[in-house]
Amino acid sequence: MRDVAVIGVGLTKFGELWDKSFRQLTAEAGSKAIFDAGIEGKEIDAMYVGSMSSGRFVGQEHVGALVADASGFSHVHIPSTRVEGACASGGLAVREGYLSIASGMNDVVVVGGIEKMNDVGGNAATETLATAADQEWEAFFGATFPGLYAMIATRHMHDYGTTKEQLAQVAVKNHANGALNPYAQYQREIKLETVLNATAVAYPLGLFDCSPVTDGAASIVLCAADKAKEYTDKAVKIIASGQASDTLSLHGRRDICTLDSTVYAAKMAYKQANLTPRDIDLAEVHDCFTIAEICAIEDLGFVEKGQGGKAVENKITTLDGSLPVNTSGGLKSKGHPVGATGVAQIVEIALQLRGDAEKRQVNDAKIGLAHNVGGSGATCTVHIMEAV
Amino acid sequence: MAEGGVARFWREIPQRYNLIGNKCGSCGRVFFPPRESCPYCRRKSIGKMKELKLSGKGEIVTYTIIHAGPENFKEQVPYPIAIIELEEGPRLTAQIVDCDIDDVKIGMKVKSTFRRIQEDGYTGAIYYGYKFKPLK
Repeated sequence: MRDVAVIGVGLTKFGELWDKSFRQLTAEAGSKAIFDAGIEGKEIDAMYVGSMSSGRFVGQEHVGALVADASGFSHVHIPSTRVEGACASGGLAVREGYLSIASGMNDVVVVGGIEKMNDVGGNAATETLATAADQEWEAFFGATFPGLYAMIATRHMHDYGTTKEQLAQVAVKNHANGALNPYAQYQREIKLETVLNATAVAYPLGLFDCSPVTDGAASIVLCAADKAKEYTDKAVKIIASGQASDTLSLHGRRDICTLDSTVYAAKMAYKQANLTPRDIDLAEVHDCFTIAEICAIEDLGFVEKGQGGKAVENKITTLDGSLPVNTSGGLKSKGHPVGATGVAQIVEIALQLRGDAEKRQVNDAKIGLAHNVGGSGATCTVHIMEAV
Repeated sequence: MAEGGVARFWREIPQRYNLIGNKCGSCGRVFFPPRESCPYCRRKSIGKMKELKLSGKGEIVTYTIIHAGPENFKEQVPYPIAIIELEEGPRLTAQIVDCDIDDVKIGMKVKSTFRRIQEDGYTGAIYYGYKFKPLK
């Protein structure tokens, strides 16, 4: 296995981007990453693209080829593959790119993630997201996607005394971070009362416990670590890549409050990196709902099971806390263009480890972790990165 | 949700109308919906999975109240959805009916009841299946 480095990153603005098409977004993020890396098109060996549901959001499948075409690489015939794992599509694309370089097959790979969600109405967007759940045995009976995470929250509150205020504090913290991120969908702070008094979506979750519907794309350039110096002096290493699966339905899991896919993907990544959760300086975790961030910091081993709510309350995970989580604003405030999210998390960790995170820079950040979840926890990727 | 045509719903009728699951002939674990093989015994279970009608009695493991529902459920909101552990072991997801929303609790004993689940607009198919009500 060869070491792999991130040598370039690119993001579009996240938000309701009415004037930007699917192909414009993907080309914009890709070209930013390529310019950042200082590579030329002819040096790219392969492309991997994460997209959850382009077919339902914009009526377009076959987006591996589309992205290569839109980026101007159809005439040089670069192999381009679309990867899908619901909201973890981006994380899976990163891992495929990583594996293809680690294996020795490729030297330079561009990884993209894209979702254009606002070309359909709110109902269609919600029902498309629900396709990440089990259609026959969850959605058919009226379970919504927020409803599944709400059931995790209800049980977490029952078992561990987690409160709605603690859930709300996740949203407040992530909006405070997002206010410092020029690419975030919502660049403003919110009050605890706003979260607590928001319209109910699925008890105990309200509107401000949920990540939004977002258009956006993210891209990174990966390179064999021993060749990274040829292109840039800002390389960041990916020192571990973990992935795990679990039952498609929430009711099939061993424990409602634990995402075993996170536990196992993290175990795989910590083992490869020869690190423990204590060695992590900052993390981007999959906060599609506030309860998801609380479960994530527990299942990644940062705090004991059941202590996630208290950790948030005690401000351990704020920008100046002992373990800053979701410095980008997370899915909640930065926005959640589902296929782009897993790639955008790598972008944020890379910026932090390079010292390029501007107003939200974490001091002395050396090791960062990115955690991307598909569905209610059926797929998970964990990547660990190190400053060079 | 109605994508795939009538056959997609027709083929699930035994499970959704009568709670037909199956049991592994190797380890004795019970599954709902029925599985092609047992995930614990895998190859040892092939050809040994036996159909089993479940009692429909169980207990609420967790729940939510859906306020923002999908198109086919708009007229039903707010409605409770729960994960129920059946007395034979398997868990499933279903609506809770015939009680006040505020009475739904973790640990509540429930039993299955045959109900209309959703309908495809004014002229489309009506889909039936299980919901659960308090066991009194």
